[in-house]
Parts: sequence; structure tokens; C-alpha cells
Amino acid sequence: MDVVLLSRLQFAAATMFHFLFVPFTLGLSFLVAYMETKYVKTGDETYLRMTKFWGKLFLINFALGVVTGITLEFQFGTNWSRYSAYVGDIFGSLLAIEATTSFFLESTLIGVWIFGWKKLSKKAHATVMWLVAVAATFSAVWILIANAWMQNPVGFTIREGRAELVDFAAVLFQKYAIFKFLHTVSAAYVLSAFFVMGVSAYHLLKKQNIDFFKRSFRIALVFGTIFSVIVVVVGDINGVIIAEKQPTKLAAMESLWETTTRAPVYLFALPDEENEKNSIEIGALPGMLSFLVFHDIDAEVRGLKAFPKDERPPVLITSFAFKGMVGLGFYFILATVLGWLKRDRLVDSPKYLKLMLLSIPLPYLACELGWVVAEVGRQPWIVYGLMRTSDAVSPIATSQVLISLIAFLAVYGLLGATGFYLIAQNARKGPEIQTGS
Amino acid sequence: MVLQTIWFFLWGLLWALFFMTDGFDFGIGTLYPFLGKTDQDKRIMINAIGPLWDGNEMWLITAGGVTFAAFPLVYAVMFSSLYSALMLILFALILRGVSFEFRGKVDNPVWRKVWDSCIFIGSFTPALLFGVAFANIFQGIPIDHNGIYHGTLFTLLNPYGLLGGVLFVLLFLVHGALWLSIRSTGELHERAVSAANKLWPILLMVAVVFLIASKFSTRLYDNYIAHPIFFSVILMTVLALLSVRFFISKKTFFKAWFASALTIVGATFFGVIGLYPTLFPSSLSPKYSLTAFNASSSPLTLKIMLIVVILFIPVIIGYQVWAYNLFKGKVTADDLAHEEAY
Repeated sequence: MDVVLLSRLQFAAATMFHFLFVPFTLGLSFLVAYMETKYVKTGDETYLRMTKFWGKLFLINFALGVVTGITLEFQFGTNWSRYSAYVGDIFGSLLAIEATTSFFLESTLIGVWIFGWKKLSKKAHATVMWLVAVAATFSAVWILIANAWMQNPVGFTIREGRAELVDFAAVLFQKYAIFKFLHTVSAAYVLSAFFVMGVSAYHLLKKQNIDFFKRSFRIALVFGTIFSVIVVVVGDINGVIIAEKQPTKLAAMESLWETTTRAPVYLFALPDEENEKNSIEIGALPGMLSFLVFHDIDAEVRGLKAFPKDERPPVLITSFAFKGMVGLGFYFILATVLGWLKRDRLVDSPKYLKLMLLSIPLPYLACELGWVVAEVGRQPWIVYGLMRTSDAVSPIATSQVLISLIAFLAVYGLLGATGFYLIAQNARKGPEIQTGS
Repeated sequence: MVLQTIWFFLWGLLWALFFMTDGFDFGIGTLYPFLGKTDQDKRIMINAIGPLWDGNEMWLITAGGVTFAAFPLVYAVMFSSLYSALMLILFALILRGVSFEFRGKVDNPVWRKVWDSCIFIGSFTPALLFGVAFANIFQGIPIDHNGIYHGTLFTLLNPYGLLGGVLFVLLFLVHGALWLSIRSTGELHERAVSAANKLWPILLMVAVVFLIASKFSTRLYDNYIAHPIFFSVILMTVLALLSVRFFISKKTFFKAWFASALTIVGATFFGVIGLYPTLFPSSLSPKYSLTAFNASSSPLTLKIMLIVVILFIPVIIGYQVWAYNLFKGKVTADDLAHEEAY
């Protein structure tokens, strides 16, 4: 075990753990804001109960999202100091702008929302949640611009041994960033919609608070359907961008070894990295990959062998994560379409409700797999084509990182278990009957 | 040159604002096991900072982010060389944050006890270690020309470093006791006032010792001797600290808290002015020190960031003042009855 591997494991653990909570925050903040606004407009107490019930789950999740976000910001300095010194001029400023313009607002206002029920007018209180939601979204904008820059560095020059900013607009408005943002937030909305549908399904199965959970389900169904479709459509566009900007990632995603025209998509392929081939290939769709990424079935797609071995990402992990994510993406569309067919007789569709209850973890899995594709697929680069991950690590003792990695796993494991236990317990309990207002 | 100097002081200001705001959260968290006799007391203490701590902690994120953006090399070397100390701080902050949220969610004494200890550990540890870290920065860190740290966590625990830690803890304890005095009533209020009263002389003593020790352990006074006008900052800080006592005796706790806030900002700037233009001095050789001039970002980035900061920091201060205004009254039983309350 060396510092690079340990630091990578630590960063992966910290990021993946953090991202268990972020998508839920992104999506549920809007849903809760919508519910509260409905309450303010209609005066219907059910909407207030919905705001409080879903809001409580939101807050437990939010706490974990916030505290785990802090470590991420500092880990670039602690474990990736060479990287930080090399790209701070660009990457650092994006993180600082995120904190100043968005995260700050979100964190200050969430306290106001929690404690401000009686101190603010109803309208102002609802507005606070809208601002939290918007601020959270802008946080995502900045973070994803920063990540997009690692995937496809633009607007810089190399001066005095580091990357310096020359064109800020190029960094902000590059296609890679825009579509990465759309893909990521759509996925987050799908996750929160499936969470709300799943928890509602649980209560509808038990025939508790039927009106309350039918309405919750309905709101989440609309939200979930729209974004299940968008996430797949945008994902397809991302494929086109990746084919252009990160050919090694694309080849690894599809487990494509030979450069070929009419490149196929395999429904299943088991890559054999040693012998540079797939040991098992099932269900080849000829020309499909060429068509998807170049809109031309005869287009040539470069395979992994077109690149030196030391510039290829791990194929097995990248391709499996990718296939898993895509499969889940289509499942989400299917599940929401079924929801529309059953929408008027949900209570009488126990099988569908069970399916939705069991589906709660799936978007979480899909989100994590998506990040695996993005980050593992970028290897061996930390900044694609510019800096290798192995050159980015801090000059620190292995023992230090080993200890902190163990601490991360222990602390995050315990907190994660506790957090999800609390969320599950409160979700099961259902809404309060009275909300003394 | 000018840009870098502006950024140097902005960097100092952001750290000062972090210590000033989250400082009283740390203080209350550290006083928590001592002043919170009943569960009701404990809940009042948590809820006294409940609406604000998250926003306060953002000053840390921003200070860290701005270090990354404006002085990438400092960000890289500072956080990798202080690795273990920073990791301890981060874990402590994580524990503190979730404790507030988790503690009241399960009605079980053991459960509460666990999170009670986490609140204390999660507040005391950062208070102490930030002090240790900054005192060590004041006196220099053993980094070589490659920014590689020659030491361990225990290198930082030298007498001057520990003195800095004790100073920070005391500053935050008084600061926290005063905020609690503002937001509590009855016996808890009395205990908070008495804590502030008892801690204040100790703080004064340690502050004086720290000022004297800085003469021998650091080169902070060089800048002051070169530009004696800056002694006024030290003077004002001492005056602010003295007026804390005055306002406590007048029972005007908000003023006392404000004076304490000024003391913390002043104490931070005592070091920042002394350090200028160095952000991260090397104790091995001044040649290896990271300064505002050899460790900064490009002029373009500094300019863009300056615009962002000039536009947004006043806005942030605006909505934080608004939030403080909403939540500066006494925490009442009614507040605690809220299902969202901690």
C-alpha cells in the first residue's frame, strides 16, 4: 500500500459517502419548498404536515451531507497537495466561489428554516426553503464546473510549472460542465423522487395516512418521471462529449479494445485487461456505439489498444459501473411509467408498491456508479491529459494516511449507519397527526 | 503586489471571522458538560447556537477555499504538513455537527450521553487545535524547500503551541459563556455569567503571557517595531478584552459578547500583522517560507476572486446579521417544544 493508493481510497470513501446525502438534499429541498408553498397558498394542513414530515427526513440527511462536505474541501490540501499547488489557480477559485456564493447561503438559511417557524411569516418561511434549494443547486453548479475542468481542462496556460487561468468564461461555460451539471442534478432529482415514492409506497401498503401519501407519491411521480427521462437523454449527450474529449474513458466504458468502424455496444462484456480483449461478449449490437457517439453507424471509434497501456483506465470497473448505471437509468423510466398506469389505484397495487419500496436504494447505487465511471474512467489522470494521479499526491507518510483512512471508514461507517437508521425510523413512523401551529 | 497584499489581509480577515463566529459555538460546546446540569439546560445550550452554528462554520470553509484560490501553495503545504492536526479537527467538526441533529432524535439516556460527549469533544478539540496550529504558524513550521514537513503531530505540541491552544480555548469559553448569557434565563443564565466572570481573569493572564512569549518564540514583533502604528491594534485588542469585564459587570451581555468578538478578531490580527507578508513561515530557513508574493495565484485569478469577495462578503454579512437578529432572544420553553428543535 502506498500513499497514492491509500489517498485514492480515502478520497473515494469520503466522496462516495458524501454523495449518499447530496442528491437527496438537491432534490428534496425543492420538493419540500413546493409542499410548503402549496400550504401557504391553499392553507391545506396536509401540505403543512407533508412539509414537516419530509422536512424532518431532509434535515437528518442534510446534517450528514454538510459535515461530510467539509472534509472533502480540505482533502485536496491534505492528501493531494501537488495537485492543489498545480491547479489551485483555477480549481481552487471554483471551490472558493462555491463556498462564498452558494454553500454559505444554504448553510445559514437552513438554520433559519429549522428554527424560524414562528419568527417569520408563512410566506417568508417558505421562501427560505426555496433559497436553500436554489443555493444547493448553485453549489452543484460550481462543484461540477470544477470537476468538469478535471475531466476536460480548458481556459488555462502552463506557466511557472502550474496551470494558470487565462479564460474564465471558457472554464465556466464549457459544454462538458453544462451537461455534467444537467446529468448530475437530474440523477439527484430521480433519487429524491424515488425516495419519496418508496416511503409513500411503504405507508400505502400498510394503508396508513392514505391521502397524505397518495399526494406525496403523486408529486414525486411527476418529478421523477420528468427527470428519469432527462437523465437518460442528457446521459446520451454526455456520451457524445466523452467520445470527443475523453476517448480512453469511452473505450473503457464500452470495453472496446480494437479501433473499428461500426463499433458495437455489448449488452455484456467481460474485459480481460491482461490479454487486451473481452473474454466473454454477449449481445453485440453492431454499429450501435458508432451511432450513439457519432450519429453514424459507420463512424470509427478508437479502441483501448489505440492508447498506450499506461494511459488506459481500469476497464473492468469502468465498464461494469457504466453498464450498471445505464441499466438502472432505463429501469427508472419503466418504474415511473408503471406509476402513471397505476396512479389511480395505487392502494390496490401492492406488487407495484412493494417494487417501489424496494427500489429506494437503486438510484443511490446509480449515482455512485455514475461517479465511478466519471472518476475511475478518468484514470490514470487526475486532470485528463495534464497531470497523473500518481504525481498529485502529498509528500506525506504512509502511516498518516493509513490511520486517517481507517478513521474515515470507522467514523463514516458508524455515522452512516446511524443516519440511515434515523431516516428509516422516522420515515416508518409517518407524519405527526397534529402539528401544533 | 497590491493585489497580493489585499489578499493577505482578506485571508486574515476570513480566519478572524471564523474564530469570531464559530468561536462561541466551540465555547458553548466545551462548557456544555459543566454548565448543562439538566437535560433542559443542555437543550437550551444547543438551541442557543442551533440556528447559527452551521452558517458560522461556513467561515472556515470559505477561509479554506480562499486559501486554495488565492494562495494555492499555502493551501497545499499548510494542510498537508498539518495533516494529523487538521484531520483531528475535521473529525471533531463532523461529530459536533451530527450530534446536534442526532441527539434529540431518540428518547434514550444512553443515546443522549453518547452525543453529549461528542458535542464536548467536537467543540473542545477544534478550539484547542486551531490555537495550537496558529501559534505554530506564528513561530514557524519545519518545512523544507519542497514544502515537505519535517515533524509529527507532537512537534506542534511545543510549549508556545500549547499556550496558543490554551489561549484560543479560553477566548472561546468566555465568548461562548457570554452568548449563553444572552440567550438563557434563570439558573443557567447565572451559571453562564459566573463562568464568564471566573474565566475572564484567567484569559487576561494567559493573553498577557502569550504576548510576552511571542516576543521570545516568534518574530511577530518585527513588523510592529518597524511600524509602531500597528501597536494600536494590540492596544485596541487589550482594551476590548478589558471592556468585556466592564460590560459583564453592567450586565449588558450583548455588548460584552461584542467586545469579546472584537477581542478575537484583534487577537487574530495581532498574528496576521506580525506575519505579513508571510502566510506560512518555515522554521528551517526564511528562504523556504511561503509568502503572499511567492505563493499566490495569478493576477487574473486574484482579480476575479476579489470581485467575487467584494460582491458577496457584504451580502453574507448582511444575511448573517439578519439571522443573528432573529435568534438573539432568550431560548424559551416554547422554542424547545418545536419538533424541529435540537
